[in-house]
Amino acid sequence: MESCPNKIDISQVDVSRIPRRNAGENIRKLWYKFSLNRVSVVGLALILLIAAAAIFYRSIVPYPEHIGAMVDFKNACMPPSWQHLCGTDQAGRDILSRIIYAFRGALTMGVVAILAILPLGGVLGLVAGYWNGRFVSNLIMRVADVFLSLPTLILVMCVSSIMTPSTRNAMLAISISWWPWYTRLVYGIVTSTRNEVYIRSAEVLGANVWHILLKEILPNALGPILTKMTLDFGVAILAGATLSFVGMGEQPPAPSLGAMVSAGVGYLPDQWWMAVFPALAIMLIVLGFNLLGDGIGDMLSDAE
Amino acid sequence: MILKILKRVVSYLLVLLGLSVFVFILVRVMPGDTARLALGPRAPEETVQALRREMHLDKSIPVQYYYWLKGILQGDLGTSVISKRPITEDIAFYLPATVELALLSAIFMATFGILLGVTATKYSEKWPDAIIRVLSYLGIVAPAFLWAVLAMLLFAYLIPILPVSGRISAGIAPPVTRTGLYIVDYLLQGNFAGAWDAFRHLVMPAIVLSFGGISQSARICRASMVSNMEKPYAAAERAYGIPENKILYKYLLKPSLNSFISVTALDIAMLFGGAYLVESIFNYPGLSRYGLTAMLNKDVFAVSAVMLVDGVIVIGFNLVTDIIISFLDPRIRYSSST
Repeated sequence: MESCPNKIDISQVDVSRIPRRNAGENIRKLWYKFSLNRVSVVGLALILLIAAAAIFYRSIVPYPEHIGAMVDFKNACMPPSWQHLCGTDQAGRDILSRIIYAFRGALTMGVVAILAILPLGGVLGLVAGYWNGRFVSNLIMRVADVFLSLPTLILVMCVSSIMTPSTRNAMLAISISWWPWYTRLVYGIVTSTRNEVYIRSAEVLGANVWHILLKEILPNALGPILTKMTLDFGVAILAGATLSFVGMGEQPPAPSLGAMVSAGVGYLPDQWWMAVFPALAIMLIVLGFNLLGDGIGDMLSDAE
Repeated sequence: MILKILKRVVSYLLVLLGLSVFVFILVRVMPGDTARLALGPRAPEETVQALRREMHLDKSIPVQYYYWLKGILQGDLGTSVISKRPITEDIAFYLPATVELALLSAIFMATFGILLGVTATKYSEKWPDAIIRVLSYLGIVAPAFLWAVLAMLLFAYLIPILPVSGRISAGIAPPVTRTGLYIVDYLLQGNFAGAWDAFRHLVMPAIVLSFGGISQSARICRASMVSNMEKPYAAAERAYGIPENKILYKYLLKPSLNSFISVTALDIAMLFGGAYLVESIFNYPGLSRYGLTAMLNKDVFAVSAVMLVDGVIVIGFNLVTDIIISFLDPRIRYSSST
C-alpha cells in the first residue's frame, strides 16, 4: 500500500490543543438543535404540562372529592358548563377532575412499565449482539421472535387476562410483552458495531467484557433507545387505555381514561362529553410523546 | 432462492413451535387447576378428577404439553367454557368474519396509503403535504377504538348513513356459506342487495381499523419516495420531459415500495390485534370479539386457541411478505440466486 500524501503523523499532533467539549456545552448544543423544530418543543411542553398536572393534581383539580367513589345524582350527566368544564358523568362527578387524576395512572402505566423493562431488554440485546452466533444469542433472539410473533396488543391483553385485573398487573403485562422490542433494537446496533476497530482494540487491550458492552458499545445505542422509548411511552399508554377500556386495567372507583371512555360509549350520542373528553385526553398525551419522540430522534440523528 | 425460502419456512415453523410452548405455559400452566377452571367452582370433585385424567393433567408438565400439542395438530382445541361447543367449530364460524373485515381494511390501507403517500410527495413541503402529515399524526396518536367511538357518533347518530352493528341487517337472510365471506357469498348467489348490505356493515369498522395503518404507510411511502426523488434517474426523467404523474406512479413508486410493503404487511397482520375492540364496539361477530369475550370470562382454552390462530396468521403474513419482497426487489432476487 502506498502511503497517503496527506497523512497526518499522529505523533506530531498536540493532543492538548484538541478542543474538548464539556457536558454542559453538549447539552446546550443538543437543546439548540431540538428547539429548531417548533413542533417537538410543543410536544415537550405538552408532556411537561400533563406531568405537572398529574403530580400536583391536588392544587389544580376543581373538585378533589369527585375523584373517588362519590355519587351526586342531582348533578348527573350535566353538559359542559363553567362549573364543570367537561361536564359530569353518570354519577354526577366532574369529568375534568377525573381526567386530571387519571393522567397519573396513564403516565405511570406507560412510563413505568417501559422504564422497568428497558434494562432487561437492553442487556439481553447487548448479550445477544456481542455473542452473536453463539447459543446464548440464538436462544435470546428466538425467544424474542416468539414474543414478537403476536401483535403486542393481543399479547398484552392475553397476559393480563389470566391475572386478576389491577393496575400493577396491567403494567406487568405491558412489561412482559414489550421487552423483545428493545432486545431486537439493541441487538441490531450491537451486531453492526461489533466489528468496528475501536471495539476490536478494546478487546486486544484486554478490556473487561462489561466495560466493552457498557462503555464502548452501549453509547451507540443510547440515541435510538431514547427515541424509541419516548415513542413507546405513548404506545404503552394506549395499551394501558385499551386494557382499562375492556376492564382489565385500573379498577373503579379510581378513574382511568380508558374506563371513562368505555362508560361514556353507552351514553352516546346525547351525553357525548362523557366519552369524547377522556378520548381527547388520551390523544393529547400520546400526541405529546409522539412529537417529543420525533424531535429527540431528529436531534440525535443530526447531532453527528 | 428456493433454498432461502425453505430456510425461512423452517425458522418460522420453529417460532410457531416456540409460540405453542409460550401459549401452553401462559394459559395452561400459570392459571393453575385447568380442570377446575373448565368445570366451574361448583362441579363435584369426582367429575373434576375424571376430567383431569382425561386431559392428562395428572401427568408431568412436558407430557401434558405433548398431549396438548398432539390434540391441536389433530384439530382438537378443546371445548369452550362459555359456548359449550368445540372451539374448532367456534373458530370456523367466527374467523371468516374477521378475515373479511381485515381484507377490506387491508385494501383501504394499501390504496389510501399509496395515494396519500404519492400526493404528499408530489406536493412535498406544500399545504397538501402538511394536511396529510397532520392526518397521519391523528392516525398514530389515537387507537382504533377511539376512532370507532368517534366514527359511530358521526356516521350513525349525527349523519345516520351507515349501520352500527352486526354483519347484515335484521330481516336479510345470511347467505349460503361457501367461503364464509358474506360479500363474496352473496355475489356468488347473485344477491346484489345482500352484498351491498354486508358491505355497508363492513365499511365503518374497516375504515376505523385501517386508519392507523393508512397513516403509517402513507408516511413510509412518502419518506422513501422523497429520498428516491433526489436520485439522478428521477432528475433525468424530468429532464426528458416525462409528465410528473407518470414519473411518480410509474418510475418512482416501484423502487419505493419495498419498505412500504414490509411495514404495511406488518400493519395488516397487526389489524388482527386492533380488531379486538373495534369488533366488540361494532358488535361484529368476528374472531377478535370471540377472543375478547373469552379473555374477560377467563375461558382459557378459547384464549389459547385464539392466540394460536392469531400467531399462525401473523407468522404466515411475515413469510408471504418476505417472499413477495424478495421477488419484487431485483437486488435481493439476483443476489440470493448465486
